Amino acid sequence: MTTVWEPVIGIEVHVELSTQSKMFCGCEVTFGGEANTKVCPTCLGLPGALPVANSVAMDWIVRIGLALQCQVSERSVFHRKNYFYADLPKNYQVSQFDLPVCRNGWLDVTVGDETRRIGIERAHMEEDTGKSLHQGNGGRIHTATSTLLDFNRSGVPLVEIVSRPDLRSATEARAYAQDLRNLVAELGVSDARMEAGSIRFDANVSVRPVGTEALGTKVEIKNMNSFRSLERAIASEIDRQVALLEGGQKVRQETRHWDEGAGATHSMRSKEESSDYRYFAEPDLLPLVFAADQVEALRAGLPELPAERRSRLEGLGVAPHTARALAQAEPELRRTFEEAVALGAPPAAAANWVAGELTAATRRLETPAMVDGRSLFRLIEMTEDGRLSSSAAKEVLVEMLRSGDEAEAVATRLDLIQISDTSALEAAVSEVLDSQLEAVERYRSGEQKVLGFLVGLVMKSTGGKADPKLVNQILRQRLG
Amino acid sequence: MPVDIDIAYVARLARLGLSAEELAFYRDQLGVILEHAAKVQEVDTEGFEATAHPLGIVNQFRPDEIRPSLDRGEVLAAAPATDGVYFVVPPALEG
Ligand SMILES: [Zn+2]
Repeated sequence: MTTVWEPVIGIEVHVELSTQSKMFCGCEVTFGGEANTKVCPTCLGLPGALPVANSVAMDWIVRIGLALQCQVSERSVFHRKNYFYADLPKNYQVSQFDLPVCRNGWLDVTVGDETRRIGIERAHMEEDTGKSLHQGNGGRIHTATSTLLDFNRSGVPLVEIVSRPDLRSATEARAYAQDLRNLVAELGVSDARMEAGSIRFDANVSVRPVGTEALGTKVEIKNMNSFRSLERAIASEIDRQVALLEGGQKVRQETRHWDEGAGATHSMRSKEESSDYRYFAEPDLLPLVFAADQVEALRAGLPELPAERRSRLEGLGVAPHTARALAQAEPELRRTFEEAVALGAPPAAAANWVAGELTAATRRLETPAMVDGRSLFRLIEMTEDGRLSSSAAKEVLVEMLRSGDEAEAVATRLDLIQISDTSALEAAVSEVLDSQLEAVERYRSGEQKVLGFLVGLVMKSTGGKADPKLVNQILRQRLG
Repeated sequence: MPVDIDIAYVARLARLGLSAEELAFYRDQLGVILEHAAKVQEVDTEGFEATAHPLGIVNQFRPDEIRPSLDRGEVLAAAPATDGVYFVVPPALEG
């Protein structure tokens, strides 16, 4: 009997906050600025420098925690996490240990038709490290000959969000990561750009025989630069562990790096022999107290969150799959939807347009463009009253994005407006019926497929501009 | 009450290369400190809340405002090795 293996995955997320200044000093938070120009005694770890916490960063971690349904601790404390690494100039990172700001939350994640509640163990406040550039041998970390350090990032506010090991597949882990990224972006507290490193994901992966409770040995995997590589890295690590166990070997507890080119994880042997971080309360920073009224004020200031939006959209009659896509869509796309609906567009149709064609078309364009709600409303109107076929409307939409013109003008220019005027079509139908007496006879004697032939002739005589639905309807009436 | 210390491990964590004599010297010195801590730990603290700080104040924050940073030349002048832009250090990992 073969064992069926169940993956057990937890995700650690690091989110760089986009505050003006750093976590514990007034240096500017920048991305990609001139190296080592946004540094001071505090973020360089010079002796005697004293940290003072950034009040906006403290509000923002509470916002993140509340959006993740966490409890905000009444009392929280900063700790020092002690380790030696060149990008950490103090030889300790100010972080949190047993008294994090946020605890016990969750995020609902949907894959296919299944929605599962993924637990959030904690979200805590810490500071980012400097950036290392490995020199020599192609910049690969394990063969570098020297390392260059830039401390502009040192001390940037960093929120670490730790999930419970509730994820059960690489696909689900990716969905969790994407939903979390979108949530953070929506809160406006971070650029949350994975390619820029302003949001970073590490995964803890283990496997166990399905149906068992005990956790297998976990491996931490790092260095995933896209959602796709996160999913691939986890899938590859699951396969590696299963192959080891089925071959009678053991999984070693370690940290492994994902190598995108090789499509595999490889072991990291660090000079740091031990992870004995010797956490102790940071004596230079005072304890944090979060009053209930302050927390409630921050809760009241939260925007509509994707999960809430999704159920509101479903309530408007938008199909679940479309509601999910639209709830997570870019703000400009959502604004277009809301405006079109406010003007009277049917929500289901407007949602299909925005989540479908509009999203696809804006992604295809080289230069960013968007239609506003009023323009979309008019386009939908033209399809609803039969002047545009659905395929013509798609063409019109693309041209609207390109030219910035309204649907009516574009459709006229491209000669795509259908004849939906009944009297004009009646005449065309009469002409066809008069010239096709034999076909009419065959239809009346039960040959249903002749109808398609007649519709085709009317379409041809109108140069393809008749609304086929209407032609069909008129023909049936006249033949019936 | 004598306290058992793995002084070599403590030295390794602190990146201190100590001789056998130094290890013995610091084992005794640190031992005295830890014995004192052990004595403090014997005190009955039932009913007292743990404090992370001797002061009674909490929530000392600064506004999110940018302050001038240091001049790079000045910053790098204090470093053992630089290339004029970056701090230069030995590679972080062994292969
Ligand atoms: Zn600074």
